[in-house]
Amino acid sequence: MEDMSGYPLELTGENIPMVSFKKVRKSYGSLTVLDDLDLDVNAGEMVSIIGPSGSGKTTVLRMLMTLETINSGVIYVDGKPLTHMPGKGGKLVPASARHLHERRADIGMCFQHFNLFPHMTALENCMEGPVQVLGLSKAEARDRSEELLELVGMIGKKDQHPSRLSGGQQQRVAIARALAMRPKVMLFDEVTSALDPEVIGEVTNVIRKLVSEHNLTMLMVTHQMGFARDISDRVCFFYDGKIEEQGPPADLFGKPQRERTQQFLSAVREAI
Amino acid sequence: MSLFEFVMQYWPRLLVGTGMTVAQFFLAAILGIVISLAMGLLKLAPSRPMRAFAITYIEIFRGTSLLVQLYWIFFVLPLFGFSIDKFTAGYLAVGMNIGAYGAELVRGGILSVPKGQWEAALAINMTPAQRMRRIILPQALVNMLPPWGNLMIELLKGTALVSLISVADLMFETKQINGSTFLSAQAFGAALIIYYVLARFMVTPFMRWLERYMARKMGRA
Repeated sequence: MEDMSGYPLELTGENIPMVSFKKVRKSYGSLTVLDDLDLDVNAGEMVSIIGPSGSGKTTVLRMLMTLETINSGVIYVDGKPLTHMPGKGGKLVPASARHLHERRADIGMCFQHFNLFPHMTALENCMEGPVQVLGLSKAEARDRSEELLELVGMIGKKDQHPSRLSGGQQQRVAIARALAMRPKVMLFDEVTSALDPEVIGEVTNVIRKLVSEHNLTMLMVTHQMGFARDISDRVCFFYDGKIEEQGPPADLFGKPQRERTQQFLSAVREAI
Repeated sequence: MSLFEFVMQYWPRLLVGTGMTVAQFFLAAILGIVISLAMGLLKLAPSRPMRAFAITYIEIFRGTSLLVQLYWIFFVLPLFGFSIDKFTAGYLAVGMNIGAYGAELVRGGILSVPKGQWEAALAINMTPAQRMRRIILPQALVNMLPPWGNLMIELLKGTALVSLISVADLMFETKQINGSTFLSAQAFGAALIIYYVLARFMVTPFMRWLERYMARKMGRA
């Protein structure tokens, strides 16, 4: 059993990060995916995660969404522990299902393959969470969902099922669906990787709009280096389960310090 | 006597028997669907005892003969103080038997829903029960409808066994008529045709309609 005495029950002080990974370790059997990860994301910050496949990028988001458990360490969201909860004796204990349900409300996620509910229209996809989970009335949920579908430019297709929508359109609906839950933190997991090149722009434009007009905290795993450079406040380069290098996009892309970062970036450039 | 003359003469009894077969079919189908759902979900439950219960149920009802099960329910259970009238015993046995097969279809249907759907439902913070009811089951249902069509036809044909505990279904009436008239070819010929018509022109079209209806709801049609 891990000694939890080093982890506070709550983060206090000024400028509490919206998301904080403290010594988070994730492994599958003998394979360590993330090794003592420390990462803070401030409120309103847009952080991009880049790196070669298998470097643990996506795992970071999946742990934060509670789709994966962690092996040790603690994740805090908005100052409160997510993966743990205060137990007897003033120490953190692993979170109960109920605690996870409560804390998960702060987080929203968009997936590489959209994962829209195929038996519901675009509008119903967006209304599902607000009605079923937040307990909003149908009228309130519809207003909220239509507003968001408007934001992502999908209001004209609100009554279509996902099977009638292109990948880019589905992903925009998926963004609206996640936003309808009013999360504090939005996670974008390779949201453009499954899209045809010509529709990537319609999704990245929506994310751009979110960055410029909304004060959401965002974490984005992406292979779109140009996009990451444009809109991120900070870029983290992951390599082998660790943050190899991080910094403002101009620095990381302009004058990377570490050899692995340089290698990765030049390999990516060559590919273009 | 031609088959036509036979039917003209005995149609009232054949009709009564068919009515009983249809009643047994519907009641057994409802019971079978409820059991399928319950056992299919239990078999996927996180708790070991729950899974063990479902597995035991499925093994018993799928691994033994429907006729023996029927006799158990009607002839053996009264020895332990549970007397059940023959009508109830009939659809109970057939429904419980079909439920064991249906449970596997439900389980398979649930597992066929892509992982991304479970994750998306979790990401909008649905509880496991909401996720199952609102997201997974509707999609699982669409995936498992075609095999359910087969199972429903099996069920219809399985109801003929209830005649052996004297439930006055189509098979029972047919045997009665045969016993008193010895018009075996006509009697069993008529029964054959009626079972076929029920399966081919009622069960199958209904299941097809249901498949199309669900496909429309999924926006596929």
